[in-house]
Amino acid sequence: MTQPDLDLSPRVSDEVRRTTCYMCACRCGIDVHMKGGKVAYIEGNRDHPVNRGVLCAKGSAGIMQANAPARLRAPLKRTGPRGSGQFEEIGWDEALEIATSWLKPLRETAPEKLAFFTGRDQSQSFTGWWAQAFGTPNYAAHGGFCSVNMAAAGIYTMGGAFWEFGSPDWERAKLFLLFGVAEDHDSNPIKMGIGRLKGRGAKVVGINPVRTGYNAVADDWYGITPGTDGLFVLSLVHCLFETGSLDLDYLARFTNAPCLVDCDPASATHGLLLRGEGDAPLVIDRRTGKPAPWDGTGVEPDLSATWRHRGTTHRPVLHLMSETYLDPAYAPEKVAGRTGIPAARIRTLAAEIARAAFDEPVVIERPWTDFRGHRHERMIGRPVAMHAMRGISAHSNGFQTARAIHLLQILIGSVETPGGMRFKPPYPKPAHAHPRPHAGVRPGHALDGPHLGYPQGPADLLLGEDGRARRIDKAFTWENPLSAHGMMHMVISNAHAGDPYPIDTLFLYMANMSWNSSMNTGATMEMLTDTDPGTGEYVIPRIIYSDAYSSEMVAFADLVLPDTTYLERHDCISLLDRPISEPGAAADAIRWPVVAPDRDVRPFQSVLLDLGHRLGLPGMTGEDGGPRYADYADYIVNHERRPGVGPLAGWRIGAGGLTHGRGAPNGGQIDSYIANGGFWTGHVPEEGAFFKPWNRAYQDWAVGIGLYDSPLPYIFQLWCEPLRRFQLAAEGQGQRQPPEALRARIAATMTPLPTWHAPLIDAHADPAEWPVHAITQRPMAMYHSWGSQNAWLRQIHGRNPLYLPTAIWEANGFADGDWARVTSPHGAITVPVAHMAALNPNTVWTWNAIGKRKGAWALDEGAVEARRGFLLNHLIHELLPPREDGMRWSNSDPITGQAAWYDLRVRIEKSAPPEEALPVIPPQVSPVPKGPSELRWEVKP
Amino acid sequence: MTALPPPSEVKLGLVIDLDTCVGCHACVVACKGWNTQGYGAPLSDQQPYGAEPSGTFLNRVHSYEIQPEEGAARLVHFPKSCLHCEDAPCVTVCPTGASYKRAEDGIVLVNEAACIGCGLCAWACPYGAREMDAAEGVMKKCTLCVDRIYNETLPEVDRVPACVRTCPAGARHFGDLGDPGSDVSRLVAERGGVDLMPEQGTRPVNQYLPPRPKDEAPDLDLLAPYLERVTEEPRGFLGWLDRTLARMPGAGS
Repeated sequence: MTQPDLDLSPRVSDEVRRTTCYMCACRCGIDVHMKGGKVAYIEGNRDHPVNRGVLCAKGSAGIMQANAPARLRAPLKRTGPRGSGQFEEIGWDEALEIATSWLKPLRETAPEKLAFFTGRDQSQSFTGWWAQAFGTPNYAAHGGFCSVNMAAAGIYTMGGAFWEFGSPDWERAKLFLLFGVAEDHDSNPIKMGIGRLKGRGAKVVGINPVRTGYNAVADDWYGITPGTDGLFVLSLVHCLFETGSLDLDYLARFTNAPCLVDCDPASATHGLLLRGEGDAPLVIDRRTGKPAPWDGTGVEPDLSATWRHRGTTHRPVLHLMSETYLDPAYAPEKVAGRTGIPAARIRTLAAEIARAAFDEPVVIERPWTDFRGHRHERMIGRPVAMHAMRGISAHSNGFQTARAIHLLQILIGSVETPGGMRFKPPYPKPAHAHPRPHAGVRPGHALDGPHLGYPQGPADLLLGEDGRARRIDKAFTWENPLSAHGMMHMVISNAHAGDPYPIDTLFLYMANMSWNSSMNTGATMEMLTDTDPGTGEYVIPRIIYSDAYSSEMVAFADLVLPDTTYLERHDCISLLDRPISEPGAAADAIRWPVVAPDRDVRPFQSVLLDLGHRLGLPGMTGEDGGPRYADYADYIVNHERRPGVGPLAGWRIGAGGLTHGRGAPNGGQIDSYIANGGFWTGHVPEEGAFFKPWNRAYQDWAVGIGLYDSPLPYIFQLWCEPLRRFQLAAEGQGQRQPPEALRARIAATMTPLPTWHAPLIDAHADPAEWPVHAITQRPMAMYHSWGSQNAWLRQIHGRNPLYLPTAIWEANGFADGDWARVTSPHGAITVPVAHMAALNPNTVWTWNAIGKRKGAWALDEGAVEARRGFLLNHLIHELLPPREDGMRWSNSDPITGQAAWYDLRVRIEKSAPPEEALPVIPPQVSPVPKGPSELRWEVKP
Repeated sequence: MTALPPPSEVKLGLVIDLDTCVGCHACVVACKGWNTQGYGAPLSDQQPYGAEPSGTFLNRVHSYEIQPEEGAARLVHFPKSCLHCEDAPCVTVCPTGASYKRAEDGIVLVNEAACIGCGLCAWACPYGAREMDAAEGVMKKCTLCVDRIYNETLPEVDRVPACVRTCPAGARHFGDLGDPGSDVSRLVAERGGVDLMPEQGTRPVNQYLPPRPKDEAPDLDLLAPYLERVTEEPRGFLGWLDRTLARMPGAGS
């Protein structure tokens, strides 16, 4: 038989449109192939700095998001009770008039009565600007329940963290330590990086209770007990001190290890650094043996010299570190039981780290000059890289654990050196260079400054004269002083309680707060629907919500502003916000409408600008009284945050024509981005590619393109003074004093050197009674709740059994197909289980956000996700269980307020299989029609 | 029944690195996206928003847990698609000649015009690498993206299967396994690539690179200098520090 003739060169598409993915937070470049004006195929953009052509399952499935039946079709006005999902579709004029009529009186009388919180928002520099113009202090995005511990610990310690702030030097690292990670922070770059490490034969070490994904390919796996990573890391630090495996030259030059700490317990500045002229911390200069400013020209800081000043002995930070970390409490033999890692493995891992760092340095023959004017003939790197994310940060000890990981990197001299961890512009940027938080409200006026920031001490807390919180989420209070990303997870319960004050309108964007994004999901739904028995009115009077899809949260809104999909909109991924930079380049990017919406929906940011104009917000009305910006694209091009610095850095107008970085707005800017594949890249000069916080070439380049206005060298804050200032207050020093009940906790947790304490829940829920740790993981092929509406992705991750380790499986006599009742101090769920051996023996886990409420996401009410899928959220309360002290303590990190999702403790018992997973939540009415019963997806020209 | 052509010189196929595959399913969805638009009928989905969705995929990732006698359990991610066997039982079993192996490059394809949907080929394939499309009633399988790899409308760098182009970890490689000097053949030689289920006698062209050994005991001799304490004295660290600093450049007279 002859072979058929095949067309081996069919035309793939009429046109390729290059934009930025939004199937998760990773922000890869995509090539969208168009046929007959429709999206036909999506693949990775080979030129893009983030993904270099590759694309994950989510990104490739974007086409099924663009056709998803769950897409909202028009603005919605609630007609039934809250939570029911009963709406009528209305026009935009009516929707915007309603919103204006609710918000205008608030702005004129009490702007704080608007609480505006955004979820997985990638336009925070814009939404924050809008909220500031409105004048409410109650704005934040979702970092408080996501990864603020990681971000804030990095900023306070070294001016940047992982993911958006910095990345491993994948090209040069020889040993890579990966701690608990959220798949989408960073998605493709980590996969690409692991592939490159393995291609070079570098060693990958996974530290994670669960051996899936990246941990499945790790060369060594440490199946750690959840919440003990900090103890494990500080034990590694203990070993490095014991064996003298420290990069002393690096510590002396680039950290505050040589800075001098006031060691007089009676002093008002006990534990603070000795300072000289201009408040500059002092070091002892090895050339003279005398104190000198840390940044003095030619100064050679002495790591071991002490200094007596006005009768007080000052000791170098390194001395205090050695005493802290050589404490036998951190000896591997001491921590082995708690962490679940044998002592010998901790010691050998520490030795492997030291050997890779010091026996195999990466040397680049490239001179550079530091901020003291010291010329270095070559760049010497310590090729040990690390990455950590939510597995670390979603614990109540996450802030200090993240600091401990940075301490470990810094002690061996690997941060910003070849082979280690490298910052991505605009980072490095230390805490003191960030804004401080603001909450100054004046009716009818803008807020007195940016909402969020990095407090340097108690003076920066947002407390009223009566000591009460000034923000509805109680961010920046004694309970969570460094809540740098706000605390979105507390907004609904605080608004419901009217504590610290009642609000009028809750305005949310892209955050599924009635479902998988809230702790205590059942009670959250009750708070959203609760009415005042006296008036019959809702306790939270008004809720406006914007989302592109029919999520669970939609059902709880009074007014729904339907957003577009990511292929139908403009966006900027800005250097003012969370850009897509790489260690060797500043980079930003856009989205642009590769297709026009086929529904009556509008991009949320354009809607905010329209609303801002209707409300008369400053900066949103033009000279003619009309809107200052026609839409978000107009804002992206023409808004200037500082003269010459706007949302996008590429293709601005300079004195001699087109320029990058600083420059005047350019009407053709978006076209230039589109022509360049949707992004702009500005390369760091070679001399400035490493040692960025201290490197003159980098600093000068950063000033040139507008990242800073003047050079900003600094040294790493191993001894973190802002923490010490809070501790001093807890010891009774200073005017602003914490409540008595919090003194001991602040003193114990806000230590200036990284420390470890047991997850707070251990003191509220007896570990013997609740012996099992329960955590979730994000699937690589699913992003939060978004993926279940996607016809392809839900076939990959439609089910989420609770995975049980062998000991629990066997002890309870479980068999395939069984169900378990899982109980926490707060609640119980009954769910399907499966066996998994590659698991910490005291840990159970499931995939995140697979469970769905019936009626949501345009799925059939019998959908497997709605019948067998479940959330652990029902087991987690935003407060810890009551204790005899009569107080209700927050289930969050005591420093940042980060939600402690992964502190959850449960017990497991076998259950008869129920009809469906328990608890059963009644269905919501779908505001969109059901999807088709069959797809034969093919776009024809 | 259908005859196989004489063995081709060119044997196009995939080399899949099980040491690097993180199980992300990127290849699964890129394949679905390309092939629902490409060769033959679209890859349909049944009840895509219903109770139990199902659909046609030409490539799927399975995960297997391994419990060694000693040491920690492990998970291996295992992507699976047609292996384009040299002795392809799915071809010889086909009653209509629809299932065939290309003479020039060894790619196994289904001529959908001649496929009667009898399913014998899927039954004959020991790997379960074929899927009957429920909407179209024809057999679907990996085409090795035959409409990409020779496609002159694509830049040369893109003339690889969609799964290879998209794989974030770089765990998938495409090339001529008939040429011992090709990159893929060299990779197979270096890494000890294996046939899947060789006892089946199908002589698959696709090769799997086995996971490297894991959780191996460290070389304590190599690490010895970094396991030695600098001092046994409780406060001896500061003495060590001073002695070490004295040897470092930068001090005054």
